[in-house]
Amino acid sequence: MSVELPVLTAKDFASDQEIRWCPRCGDYSILAQMKKVLPTLGVPKENTVFVSGIGCSSRFPYYLDTFGFHSIHGRAPAIATGVKLSNPELQVWVITGDGDALSIGGNHLMHAIRRNIDLNIILFNNRIYGLTKGQYSPTSPVGVRTKSTPMGSIDNPLSPLSVAIGSEATFVARAVDVDIKHLTYILERAAKHKGTSFVEVYQDCNVFNAGAFYYASKKGVKEDNIVYLEHGKPLIFGKDKDKGIRVNEGNRPEVVTLGSGISEDDLLFHDEQADEPSLAFLLARMKHPEFPEALGVFRDVERPVYDQCVEDQIRQAKETSGEGDLEALFNSGDTWTVE
Amino acid sequence: MASTDVATSENTNGKKKESLESVVIRFCGDSGDGMQLAGTQMTNVSAAFGNDVSTLPDFPAEIRAPAGSLAGVSGFQLSFANHEIYTPGDEVDTLVAMNPAALKTNLADLKRGGTLVVNEDAFEKANLAKAGYESNPLDDERTLSSYTVHKVPMTRLTRDAVAELGLTQKEADRCKNFFALGLIFWLYDRDPTPTQDWVKDKFGRKPQIADANLQALQAGSNYGDSTQTFTVHYQVPPAKLAPGRYRKMTGNEATALGLATAAHLAGKTLFYGGYPITPASDILHELAKLKNFGVKTFQAEDEIAAMSSIVGAAFGGALSVTASSGPGICLKGEAMGLGLMTELPMVIVNVQRGGPSTGLPTKTEQSDLLLSMFGRNGDSPLPIVAAASPGDCFEMAQEAMRIAVEHMIPVLFLTDGYIANGAEPWRIPDVSSLRPIKVEQKTSLNGDDEFFPYQRDDNLARPWGIPGSPGLEHRVGGLEKSNITGNVDYDPDNHERMSLLRAEKVERVANSIPEQEVLGPESGELLVISWGGTYGAVRTAVQRSVDGGKSVAHAHLRYINPFPSNLGDLISRYDKVLIPELNTGQLSLLIRAKYLVDAVGQNKIQGKPFLVGEIVEKIDSMLSE
Repeated sequence: MSVELPVLTAKDFASDQEIRWCPRCGDYSILAQMKKVLPTLGVPKENTVFVSGIGCSSRFPYYLDTFGFHSIHGRAPAIATGVKLSNPELQVWVITGDGDALSIGGNHLMHAIRRNIDLNIILFNNRIYGLTKGQYSPTSPVGVRTKSTPMGSIDNPLSPLSVAIGSEATFVARAVDVDIKHLTYILERAAKHKGTSFVEVYQDCNVFNAGAFYYASKKGVKEDNIVYLEHGKPLIFGKDKDKGIRVNEGNRPEVVTLGSGISEDDLLFHDEQADEPSLAFLLARMKHPEFPEALGVFRDVERPVYDQCVEDQIRQAKETSGEGDLEALFNSGDTWTVE
Repeated sequence: MASTDVATSENTNGKKKESLESVVIRFCGDSGDGMQLAGTQMTNVSAAFGNDVSTLPDFPAEIRAPAGSLAGVSGFQLSFANHEIYTPGDEVDTLVAMNPAALKTNLADLKRGGTLVVNEDAFEKANLAKAGYESNPLDDERTLSSYTVHKVPMTRLTRDAVAELGLTQKEADRCKNFFALGLIFWLYDRDPTPTQDWVKDKFGRKPQIADANLQALQAGSNYGDSTQTFTVHYQVPPAKLAPGRYRKMTGNEATALGLATAAHLAGKTLFYGGYPITPASDILHELAKLKNFGVKTFQAEDEIAAMSSIVGAAFGGALSVTASSGPGICLKGEAMGLGLMTELPMVIVNVQRGGPSTGLPTKTEQSDLLLSMFGRNGDSPLPIVAAASPGDCFEMAQEAMRIAVEHMIPVLFLTDGYIANGAEPWRIPDVSSLRPIKVEQKTSLNGDDEFFPYQRDDNLARPWGIPGSPGLEHRVGGLEKSNITGNVDYDPDNHERMSLLRAEKVERVANSIPEQEVLGPESGELLVISWGGTYGAVRTAVQRSVDGGKSVAHAHLRYINPFPSNLGDLISRYDKVLIPELNTGQLSLLIRAKYLVDAVGQNKIQGKPFLVGEIVEKIDSMLSE
C-alpha cells in the first residue's frame, strides 16, 4: 500500500511570525532558499527541527513552521545533538553565525563535527557581530575598524572551513547568500549527506558590515574572485573562463591563464570524495584577493554516523544481553536474604 | 557506635572468640596500597553475611601523590553491626595502617583501647622521613600504650606467601592489601568466599595474579590463626534487618539505577548527557552499562554541552538527565535556565563536593544548596530534592524524574560525595511495587486547529509536544514567552505575569510531595532539621537523645524546594530549632527567611561528615541553655 504524502510548498514552511531582520539583510535570501528546499527533501514537516543559538541568524527557526529551538549563545550544536540522539528519525538543522559558532560555541562546533552526528550546520558568516551592534567577530579581517576596534582589529581571523576540515568534517561546502540557485543546490546537498554537513554562507550584513562580500557576490566583479567547485572538473574561473588554479611544484595553488602552453589538463581537478582532506584544506585556504575563493562542495565523504552508532550499540546490547529486565538488574551482583 | 560488649565467649582452635554488636574498621595506606579495594571487599563480605554496613571511603584528589607522603594517604572506613546503623562510626575500633604516613594521619581517630595493625616492614627510614617521624613510632611505648598493637611484617610475609608463583617483587608487593584483608577476615570471622570469587572473576585472564592474591589472603588469615600475636577474634552476628533480599549499594549506583528504573517503567528512553567529574562520574559509568535498557549515554565535550544536550533531548521527547558536581553545575547554569524557560522536564544531579572552585574534589560538603536555589540569572526557581542515604538515592532519583515530568520543569537532585561513594545494604524492591511515572506526551492538537505549547494544566505544566507529531510544530527558546501561545513576548506585564507563574509552578510541586515527618515527639523543646547526607549522623544523635529521655525531635528534609507544606506548622511546635549542615548555614538561611524562626546552625566545613558525638554534644548544650 502506498501512502500518498501531501505535496508541500515553500509557503507551508512559513510560520505566522513577523520577520524582524533589517531590510535587505542577507538572511532573507537564505530563509527563502531554505523554504524552497525543505519541501523537496521528502522529510515530513513534523520531523524537521531547526536549532539555533544567539545572534541575528539564530532568529531563523521562528520564521519556519517546523519544530524549532532558539537556544542560547553558542550551544546550538550541543542542543541539536541531544535532539538528534533522542530521536534519530528527525532531520535536524543548526543555524548559527560566525560569533555563535566560532567564538562562544567553538568547542561544540568542533566536537559535533568530529563525531559526525547527522546534523546540517549552516553558518551565516557576515564577519561581524550584528545583534550586539557591530563588534568584530572571529572571521573579521585584521585591521577592520569596529566599535570595539577603533584602531583596527589586531585579532587574526580563522577560516570556518579550515576549522571544519580540521575537525574531520565529512561534508564541507560554501555558498553566497544572494547566489540563490547555487545556495539552493548546496542546501540540498547538505541535507542529503549522512553525518555532519557543514555549510558556510557568505552573508551580507548591510547595516554593520555592508559590502563585505561584494567581491564574491556583485555581478561583474565576482567572476574574477570566485571559483565554483565541481566534482571531477578542473578549477576554471574568470569573466572569460580563461583562468584556472594549478598546483605548483611546491604543492601550492597558483592562478594561471589558460592558453600559452597551459591547458585544462594542467589544472587542479576537484575531487570532493578524496578520502584525505588535504585538497579540501588547500581549497579552503585560498583567500581573496590573492586567490579566487572557492564555492561549492569541498568535501563529501562517508564515515560512521554517530547517532546511528548509538542506535547500533543499543541493538547490539539487546542482542547479546537481552532486553533490559529490571528484576534481573536489581538482583545482579552479590545478594543475600534476610528472613 | 562501636560496641565492645562481650556477649559470648567460646574457644575455637585455641583462640577465644567474642561476640560484638558493632565494629568500626579503617584501612589506610598509600594511594597505591589498594585500601579502597580492601575496604570494599570487607564491606561486601560483611553485607553478604547479613550485617548492616555503612562506609566512608576517603581518598586524595591525586591519583598517586608521592609514595609514602602524608598527602597520598587513602583510607576506607566501614562499620558493620548486628543492628541497623546509619553512619560509618565516630571512632575506629581497628585501624590497619600500611605505612608511617597512614599511621600519622589516622591514629587520632583510633579509640583508646582500640586495635592497631601495622605493616612494620613499611616503617623504614625513608618512609618515616616522608611521614615526618624523627624516630620509629612503633618503638615509642608512650604513643602506642593506649592501643593493642600488632606489628606484622606484611611485606615480607606476602612475598613469602607468593614466592612460588614467580612474580616480580613489585607484583608480589601489590598483594599485601590482600594479606591485610585476610588478617582482618580472620579477626572478624568473615567468610572469604565472596572475595575469593571476586578475585577469580577480576583476574580471570591473569591466573598468576589471581593465585597470588588468593594466597596472600589465605596467608593473612593463617597468620591470625596460628601466631601468638592474636589471642582473640570476634564475631558480629547478622543484623535483624527487614526481611527481604539485599545487595550492597552506593549512592551513585542507586542514582543510576533509580533513573534507569524511572525511564524503564515509564516506557521511555533515558538520555544521559554528562562530562567526567569527581565524584559524579560513576553515574555515567553505571548508566553506560545499561544499553540493553535502551539507555543512551552521551559523554559530551564539556559540562555546558552535557547540559545543553539534555535540554535538546528533552525537547526531542526523552527522559533526560545530567549529573555533575559543583564546578560543572556552575557551567550548566545558563542551559538550566533555558530548560526552565522552555519548561521542559529534566533532572540535574549534583553530587556535591567541597568548594568553592575546584575545592576539595574527593571530599564531601553540602555547600551547593544556595547555588541550586539561586544559581541562575533572573528569577529562576526550580524544584530541589535531596537524598538522605546511599539507598535513598534510588527513590529520590525517581522522585526527581516524576516531578520533572508531571510539572514540566528541570529538577535539581542533590546528593553528596559521602552518600555517593558510601555504601549500605539495599533491600531489593519488588518491581511490581514500584509506581511508574505517568508520562503524557502530546501528539495531537490542544486547540481547535492549532497547538498551544504554553497552555497549562492544574500543575501549571505545559504540554510536552514532541517532534514527529503532525500539526504540533512549534518554536521554543530562551526569550520571554507569551502564556498559551509561547510566542516571543517582551510586554512588561506579560513578563511579570510569567515570572510569577513560573514561581507558582514550583510552589505547586508541594501538592504532590509527602508531608514532613518527624522522629521523636510531635512537639517539644528542640527540633533538629537536616537535609541530605547528614541524615545518618543526625538521626543517630537524635535517637540517642530521645532514648536518654530528652525532648528532641528530628525532621529530615528530602524535599527542599518547595518545602513540604506542613513544615512551618511543624517548626512552630518546638521551642528551639537546630540545623546541622556541612556548610556555613545554607539551609538555615532558607528556613530563617521563610519561617522567620531563630534557627541555630551547627556548621562543619572540613570535607568530612558529622560525627554523631558532635551533634549529641550540640543538642545537649542547646537543651541546657
